[in-house]
Amino acid sequence: MVNTSNKRPILRVKNYSKYFTLHEQGKIIPSSHAVNLEVYPGQLTALTGPTGSGKSTVLKGIYRTYLPSSGHLYFRTRENQEIDLTLADEHRILELRRNDIGFVTQFLHALPRQITEDVVAQPLIQQGMKKTPAVNIAREILAAMNLPEDLWGISPATFSGGEKQRVNLARGLVSRPRLLLLDEPTASLDPDTTEIVIRLIEDLKHEGVAMLAIFHHPEVVKRMADSVVQLKPPTTSKIKLKETA
Amino acid sequence: MDNISNTRTDKVLQVKNLSKMYGKGCHACFETTGPQYNTNICAHCGSVVAAHNVSFDLYKGEILGIMGESGSGKSTAVKCLYFDQVPSAGSAIFTDEAKQYELFNMNSAQQRHLANHRFGMVYQNPHQGLNFDISAGGNIAERLLMSEVDNYAAIRARATELLARTEVLPERMDELPKNFSGGMQQRVQISKALAINPPLLFLDEVTTGLDLSVQAAILDLILEIQHEQQTAMIVVTHDLGVIRLLAGRTLVMKYGRVIESGLTDQILEDPQHAYTQRLVASAL
Repeated sequence: MVNTSNKRPILRVKNYSKYFTLHEQGKIIPSSHAVNLEVYPGQLTALTGPTGSGKSTVLKGIYRTYLPSSGHLYFRTRENQEIDLTLADEHRILELRRNDIGFVTQFLHALPRQITEDVVAQPLIQQGMKKTPAVNIAREILAAMNLPEDLWGISPATFSGGEKQRVNLARGLVSRPRLLLLDEPTASLDPDTTEIVIRLIEDLKHEGVAMLAIFHHPEVVKRMADSVVQLKPPTTSKIKLKETA
Repeated sequence: MDNISNTRTDKVLQVKNLSKMYGKGCHACFETTGPQYNTNICAHCGSVVAAHNVSFDLYKGEILGIMGESGSGKSTAVKCLYFDQVPSAGSAIFTDEAKQYELFNMNSAQQRHLANHRFGMVYQNPHQGLNFDISAGGNIAERLLMSEVDNYAAIRARATELLARTEVLPERMDELPKNFSGGMQQRVQISKALAINPPLLFLDEVTTGLDLSVQAAILDLILEIQHEQQTAMIVVTHDLGVIRLLAGRTLVMKYGRVIESGLTDQILEDPQHAYTQRLVASAL
C-alpha cells in the first residue's frame, strides 16, 4: 500500500539500533534493534508494536535526543541531498530542528512562566519571524484547535492533559516542518479534540508534510497511516551479539 | 560543502585545547589525573591540572552550558577566556565584526581593551563583578567610561535604561550595592556586564545561592537578553535545571577534562559517561 510513485523518501532508516549502556548498574539495555523504514512526503508512516519494542526510541534517535548505537538515518534535505543524521554535527541538527524536523511528544516541555501563545509562537521566532506576526499565527492555530481564548495569555503549566496536548501540537505544527515526528499526539484527548487533531494532521499531509507517528489507538493507525511498520522487542540473543560487536 | 556540517558563518568563539595548570608540571601530569583517576592533582609532582584540552565552538545567539561539580575546571575555562587567569596552553579565536582575535596571543593591554569593550562577565559572587564602594549607577558608569562613553547625560540615561531592563528600580541607582539583596546585586552585575552590549557574555554560577523565585527571574532575564541581543553566552553551572532551561548544547567536565558534550536534551536523556549518568539520575 506504500505509494512511492514519483516521490523519493524524505527519510530512510537503515538497520537502526539503539541500546543504552548503564554504567552504574553494569547493564546494556536494548531498545531498538535493526529497524528499517521509509517515510515519504505527504504520507504518514505509523510505527506499531508492543511496549518495549523501541518505537519512541526510533523517533528520539532521528531527533538526536538519543545517540544511535548503529545504523543510518538518511534524511533528504531541501536541497534534495541525502545526509546521514547519525553523522551530522550538532549545529546541523539544530538547524534541521529549527527548519525541517518537528517533534510532538506526549508531554509538553515549555519554558516555565511563558504564556501559551508565546510557547506556540516560539518556533516561528526561532526561524527569524518577528514576534507580532508569529503570535498572530500562533493564535490562529490555537483557535483551530478549539483551545479557549482566555487560556492563550497564561502559562500552560496548570492546563489539563488535553489542553497541554493541544498546545504541544500547535507548537509542533506551527513551524511547518518537512518531517514531523509524532509520539502519541492524541493520547490524552477526548474524542472531539482527537477528531480536530486528526483533521489537522490530514491537512498537513495534503500540504506534503511527511510524518512518522506512534498512535495509541489502532483505529487511528488504520485511518491515518499510509504504511505501517511493526517493531518487535529486541531479543536477548540479539543483545549478546551487540555486546560483542 | 559536505552536508553533514552546519551552514552557519557566524561563529563567535573557537576554543582549542585550552589547558590550565597550577604548579611546575611534569611528564606524568596528564597521565595521572582526570576522571579515571578521580583527581586533578598529579601524583608525581603535585601540580594541579585545573583544565586540560578543553575545546568547543560557540555561535552567535547560542548558549553553551558547561556543567560539572566544584573543582571540575568549568570556571577555570571561562576565567581564562575572560583573562582573569592565564592559560598554560591552547588557543581561542574570537570573531567580532569580521575581525579575528587570537585571545591568548594578545598583550595584556589588548586583552583588557577587548574585555572592556566586547565581553561581559557575571560572577557568582557580586563582590567580584561589582565595585561595592560606588553606587549601582556608578558601577555601570565605570563600564561605560572604560568603553569611551563619557557624556554624563548619556551615561545616566543608559544606566537608567539598563537598571529598568533588569528590573532594578532606577530610583535606587545612586545607592551602594551593599544595600541591595543578593538577587538585586546580581541584576546590577548583569546590567553592568550588558552596558556595552557585548556580543559574548560569560555567566559563572549566576543563580547559585539565590532564592528559587529570584533564580527564575534571573534565568528569564538571561533568555530575554539572548533573544533581544543575540548575545552568545557561556553558562557555567552545576545545576541541571539551569542547563536544561538555558543551554542548547552542553559540555560536562570532571577533574579538568571534558568527559562528554552534546545537544542538551541528549546529554540529559541519553548521557554516555558514567559520571553524567549519575549526575542526571541524582537530579531532583
